[in-house]
Amino acid sequence: MNIHEYQTKDLLKHYGVPVPPGRVVHTDAQAATVAEEIGGSRWVVKAQIHSGGRGKAGGVRVGNSIDEVRVIADEIIGSLLVTHQTGAEGRLVRRVLVEQASNIVREYYIGLVIDRATRRITLVASAEGGVDIEVVAKQTPERIIREIIDPAVGLLDFQCRKVAYKVGLKGALLPQAVKIMKGLYRCMRDNDAMMAEINPLAIVDNGQLLALDAKMSFDDNALYRRPTISELRDFDEEDPKEVEATGHGLNYIALDGDVGCIVNGAGLAMATMDAITLHGGRPANFLDVGGGATPEKVANAFHIVLQDPAVKIILINIFAGINRCDWIATGIIQAMRDQNITMPIIVRLAGTNVDEGRAILSASKFPFIIASNLNDAAAKAVTEVNNIVKKVVPLKKEHS
Amino acid sequence: MSVLLNKDSRVIFQGFTGQHATFHAEEAMKIGTKVTGGVTPGKGGTQHLGLPVFDTVEEAVRETGADVSGIFAPPPFAADAIMEAIDAGIKTIVVIADGIPVQDMVRVERYRLGTNSIIIGPNTPGIITPGVGKVGIMPSHIYTPGRIGIVSRSGTLNYEAVAQMSELGLGQSSSIGIGGDPVNGTDFATVLKAFEDDPDTDAVLMIGEIGGPQEVDAARWAKKNMRKPLICYVAGLSAPPGRRMGHAGAIITSESDTATAKIDTIEALGMFVVRNPADIGATVLRAIKS
Repeated sequence: MNIHEYQTKDLLKHYGVPVPPGRVVHTDAQAATVAEEIGGSRWVVKAQIHSGGRGKAGGVRVGNSIDEVRVIADEIIGSLLVTHQTGAEGRLVRRVLVEQASNIVREYYIGLVIDRATRRITLVASAEGGVDIEVVAKQTPERIIREIIDPAVGLLDFQCRKVAYKVGLKGALLPQAVKIMKGLYRCMRDNDAMMAEINPLAIVDNGQLLALDAKMSFDDNALYRRPTISELRDFDEEDPKEVEATGHGLNYIALDGDVGCIVNGAGLAMATMDAITLHGGRPANFLDVGGGATPEKVANAFHIVLQDPAVKIILINIFAGINRCDWIATGIIQAMRDQNITMPIIVRLAGTNVDEGRAILSASKFPFIIASNLNDAAAKAVTEVNNIVKKVVPLKKEHS
Repeated sequence: MSVLLNKDSRVIFQGFTGQHATFHAEEAMKIGTKVTGGVTPGKGGTQHLGLPVFDTVEEAVRETGADVSGIFAPPPFAADAIMEAIDAGIKTIVVIADGIPVQDMVRVERYRLGTNSIIIGPNTPGIITPGVGKVGIMPSHIYTPGRIGIVSRSGTLNYEAVAQMSELGLGQSSSIGIGGDPVNGTDFATVLKAFEDDPDTDAVLMIGEIGGPQEVDAARWAKKNMRKPLICYVAGLSAPPGRRMGHAGAIITSESDTATAKIDTIEALGMFVVRNPADIGATVLRAIKS
């Protein structure tokens, strides 16, 4: 689960990480009021959406007067911000963070990730702050400093000093850097975060270190024991189809193709998408119905997949282990009947109770296209979708 | 394969009297797995499926000589159950739970250091040695005894591969799911080593997916240390970056996490690679004939 920048900064403040004075607002009038309250002569107005690259997209701007802050806030709030992560349709900005602007002397990067190879939380730092750390890691890997944290003792002072020294945070900055690193680590550990980063961590003109931008994401599987984090969830930032799917115990991710997919198991779902792609088709979604799928769950899966208007056909690929093909077939028929589905449906069933499942499908009045294996299913799906696309083109010509 | 589950393995289940554990313990016993009992705190001294129930793993190990445990505890309690099994000296710990907090696994892996325990999972279908037994939730009827070892992150994709191999008359020595989580107990390379050392295995099929460095690390290990053919497939060629594809660990956060980057690197290391998931069986056959 991701949260907004202002939420991350509120959280970090509680762990002793210094952030610029500021507040989140929903209107231009509030923006002006907050700018006056926090004082100063320059302010930053920052669009709050769950996406990187907000600055480049025009979502982070500086105002040199209260009036300018008001105008900028008015322009950003209610606009669609298009970043490299939002897609062409952009994301609606509902609120902005108004902060005192800082005079930056130098920028650094510090972050914490769960390193999969060492199976430990790792502190990552660089003197190259304010830029994408992935790019730094790729182009100048020697500029990235790493320190692995032993969960039995946590992040130790000397480790912070080592890292601070290596990135050049010395003298009066050293104790500040240690405090910030330890605060970031405690925040990550105590809230079950998957990652936490401050980028940039800046030296500002009064000689203080300040977290100018910060980002955290949290472990969905630990939210049950982190009620205060759960409350920070912003459903406006999520695809409503994905939210509905989660509510039904389904795993759904929207993609940009036209072949709807209903599969059991995450691995097989990805493999099914791959097979479709290799046959020249484009999957419309990833959907895992999971183990123990009841007929109702299968019908819900149809409901979610069909909310995507781009879907032209549906491919169902089930390899039943703890699932049962007869239940899946019953769910398919229930969905066809209740949701008046007329588009081509390709079904591949295998595993537990496969004969019963196939019998249920063939006894129905619906013209299912039955596939014998994964390759056959992908080939048939792509043939069907191409037929539909071909049919649509001459039809338009007739009318013109 | 003798290191993880063999004819001498003595199995217990933790969370034994629960619905899922009961069903899968019965299924395991049907195919000959030597189940010796189970643990459910508070139900010690009773009988379940005709076997003794204990309050603690320590007691279960002392009374039954168990060396393998299948953990069916729900995610919030799974980390404690795993550490209890490590403490009791269980050698092979199979963790079925899907949804254990990642930082719990970070602590579990720290606790495991210096012990002889091996953790399979979490979020795994388990281990099956066809003809000998299973500890897990996979449908045993699709597997046949044979000489191909399988190791995978995904469950259903493992079944898919088995079905393709069965059509070509290829059976399995053992099939091991290492699980779909970002922090797991056993990585691909560890299982590859076990298969390399196993006299009953001729070739190994590794089924990976997007996210993490495991597949490439394992292939590098194999290039240096393995004499048996290794066949690899990596699912998620068409997965978008930054999204968790069902498994907690299946997420592209950098270029090296993509299926294409992994499979290209593995191919360059000289392993057999599968790009179309429908060609898994055929590629395994080609590999053992080479």
